[in-house]
Amino acid sequence: MSAKITPIRSAAESALIDRFPALKASLPGLPALRENAFAAFAAAGLPTRRVEAWKYTDLRAAMREAAPLAARPNDAEITVALKGHSPLAGQGVVTLSFVNGHHVATAGALPAGVSITPLAKALAGGHPLLSRIGALKLVHGDLALSLNTAFMTDGAIIHVAEGVTVDGPIALRFVTSGATAVATAARVLMVAEAGSHVMLVESHEGQGALAHQPNTALEIIAGDKAVVSHVRLGLNSAGAVALSTLTADLGSETSLTSVNVALQGAVTRHQAFVRFSGGDARAQINGATLLSGTQHADSTLVVEHAAEPGGESRELFRTIIDDEASGVFQGKIIVQPHAQKTDGRMASNAVLLSESAAMYNKPELEIFADDVACAHGATCGALDDELLFYLMSRGISKAEAEALMIESFVGASIDFIDHEPIREILHALVRDWLQARAARLNAEAPTVS
Amino acid sequence: MPAVQETIDQVKAIDVSEYKYGFITDVEMEKPAKGLTEDTVRYISARKNEPAWMLEWRLDAFRRWKTMTEPTWARVHYPEIDFQDIYYYAAPKMNGAPKSLDEVDPAILDAYKKLGIPLREQEILAGVEPQNRVAVDAVFDSVSVVTTFRAELAKAGVIFCSISDALQEHPELVRKYIGTVVPVTDNYYATLNSAVFTDGSFVYIPKGVRCPMELSTYFRINEKNTGQFERTLIIAEEGSYVSYLEGCTAPQRDENQLHAAVVELITLDDAEIKYSTVQNWYPGDANGKGGIYNFVTKRGDCRGKNSKISWTQVETGSAITWKYPSCILRGDGSRGEFYSIAVSNGMQQVDSGTKMIHLGKNTTSRIISKGISAGRSQNTYRGLVSAHRKATNARNFTNCDSLLIGNQCGAHTVPYIESKTSTATFEHEATTSKISEDQLFYCMQRGLSAEDATALIVNGFVKDVLQQLPMEFAVEAQKLISISLEGSVG
Repeated sequence: MSAKITPIRSAAESALIDRFPALKASLPGLPALRENAFAAFAAAGLPTRRVEAWKYTDLRAAMREAAPLAARPNDAEITVALKGHSPLAGQGVVTLSFVNGHHVATAGALPAGVSITPLAKALAGGHPLLSRIGALKLVHGDLALSLNTAFMTDGAIIHVAEGVTVDGPIALRFVTSGATAVATAARVLMVAEAGSHVMLVESHEGQGALAHQPNTALEIIAGDKAVVSHVRLGLNSAGAVALSTLTADLGSETSLTSVNVALQGAVTRHQAFVRFSGGDARAQINGATLLSGTQHADSTLVVEHAAEPGGESRELFRTIIDDEASGVFQGKIIVQPHAQKTDGRMASNAVLLSESAAMYNKPELEIFADDVACAHGATCGALDDELLFYLMSRGISKAEAEALMIESFVGASIDFIDHEPIREILHALVRDWLQARAARLNAEAPTVS
Repeated sequence: MPAVQETIDQVKAIDVSEYKYGFITDVEMEKPAKGLTEDTVRYISARKNEPAWMLEWRLDAFRRWKTMTEPTWARVHYPEIDFQDIYYYAAPKMNGAPKSLDEVDPAILDAYKKLGIPLREQEILAGVEPQNRVAVDAVFDSVSVVTTFRAELAKAGVIFCSISDALQEHPELVRKYIGTVVPVTDNYYATLNSAVFTDGSFVYIPKGVRCPMELSTYFRINEKNTGQFERTLIIAEEGSYVSYLEGCTAPQRDENQLHAAVVELITLDDAEIKYSTVQNWYPGDANGKGGIYNFVTKRGDCRGKNSKISWTQVETGSAITWKYPSCILRGDGSRGEFYSIAVSNGMQQVDSGTKMIHLGKNTTSRIISKGISAGRSQNTYRGLVSAHRKATNARNFTNCDSLLIGNQCGAHTVPYIESKTSTATFEHEATTSKISEDQLFYCMQRGLSAEDATALIVNGFVKDVLQQLPMEFAVEAQKLISISLEGSVG
């Protein structure tokens, strides 16, 4: 029939492909891993709508140009980058700061039983855990992660020793900054050994409106009976095309809670790939996304139950979409043939606040075992009129009633975080978002005389 | 939880090894050489004595088809199809068109008798109450053998005939509507069908007419190495109503046969079409040898305001099913419904679902899908619900349940829910307990367990539609409906 068509490379694809051979020599460590990841990317190119996993986020269109990979910032640049206030400042017992994907500072004392090595150092000088980077085999592979693997510059390897309970969160602050748009590729590996308890919080901050292209990845490997909680806050620059990936490999009877709060960035995609490698593990994966203007945010999730008993997974994604913004939820629960007794429940709820907002839901199930309970629900619609009426009939103004409903709606997802100060900070950020919305509405509203 | 024994038994009763319609009818057939070229398309068109515009339309489709590639996104796997190794036309030999049933080859009549399809009007009249009569269009391989009750339907103004006859008798109607719901280049198989379609039914219900009886088409693939390319076109004018049923079977053969149909439905203001299918093509044997590849494009266009299209399907046959009966809800206030039960067994692969495309204001749709997979089969529900920016107050409710029997099969759900207006309310629900709390409470108050109540509500709901199928078609369906929902997963 028709001949195989050679894809026409976009400017960004060509730039990335041209860039790799030169960068390869200067990027530290793991040449084979980088090479393979890059080959996977080069073969496929940037994903478009025709790639099923990226159906609703056309990365090729969003990333017309490939911003140059950021070089290590100098002292003056670091000072400028870290000057701004970080919402999660002071929350970590130890805080690692990264500017443009390069580790620049560590503050606070390292808790007992925890070791942290900057990734660049580990890559250059060797580290016993290096072989665990990229070790989790994803069911479908992933192009964003491949790009991160090929270009990773720096990051951290965090090791939590067996049975250790870390007293307070380990915080990671990523700032993207510069006079022109840059691409970054930070990578963090956290190995929580058996029986350990640890909380990891990340904030991704970007200044100004520049179209930065951060692409970060966090890999969590949880040993048997480990308890890991993870919070990610997305506050990218207004023009950013930001990609982030979480992979988690769960041992027997582990517990993972991960909450992603996405607020800023022009086009953002957060993906979570969670594998239940050991029996009877438990995971709660949540998302809270608030969008306005022409923002586009994508939450993609693949949960693979691969052991018996299949364990319990719960997913709750809440999305608020205003103006002409668009939200995406793609979730997939895979139950492998032997993962009997799996109990998976996935819910995506979206509230559209404006006529032109759009939501795309794709909650998938792929089940090969017959003794499981899996369910998914997806809803989207406007704020409930009846609830609004109820509140207004009690003397609350419409704007206030809406704000209350929105805060409690996304709060349901945030409240799974077992750390009150951080939960409060996130709630405050939601309230800031609501205030900005109220200000927008006030500016638009005709003056009543 | 795993499926209950009763369910397992019921599914076993319709296992691939139990296929009842696998006999072969020995009739002398007329067919052109194997393969597909422009000449094949010309041959088919000439055989049917079609108007010149129809041939042009077919040739255009054929040229476009040559530039297309087979879709691979569905969760089905099969060896590459050699489109040159198929007969595109096969008709029982006869001298001219049969004027009455007496001129039809008795072997063919016998085949339909074995299948339990009544082709003689008097026979139907003899045993059944008049209100339960069904007019049948019987399609044998590539041609329509007979269409019953044509005269009586004509009295009501209803046109019910094969699409070949319609091209002779009402070419202006066919020309006006064909390809307006499923465009020629809609997809690979629809384009192929547009080039080589042979027979199928044509229904036209005039303004304000409620069709006096059920209409049905019975498709039978008999000849080996043939493909069946049916084309059905149903038009319901303003304020009319029709219920249409479709049944299909094929003999047990070792090779895979292709069935690529296109069905187009059009409802104008306040009209309603109810389209029901009992698909029972040969599913292949327990090892996956043989069976029909069922690659079908079915789509309804609610063109008028307050019009309604409902699809009901019971899928038990075919080696591979690739089928998404859809509704385009264009008219304001129009409504689309999709009720499906798909049972896969043996090595069957089902990838089926629906699309509800909300374009008009106040449009509503409902999707109820039950998939049951056993043996080593794979059963996928794939559905799209979308609301256009102007589809204010669109509403959709989707419920899809799947049930697995054994751990060598798979059940998959791939729903796409796209909302571009805040006034649309879409609910995709996969937990059986949340159908309607009120109804559930009512049933439980009367002593039913939560599970019994749920089964009762969902089954009762689907039954409503299925019970309207005539008995000939409904036996299989009724049996399946009684399968409990116990152990189902979203």
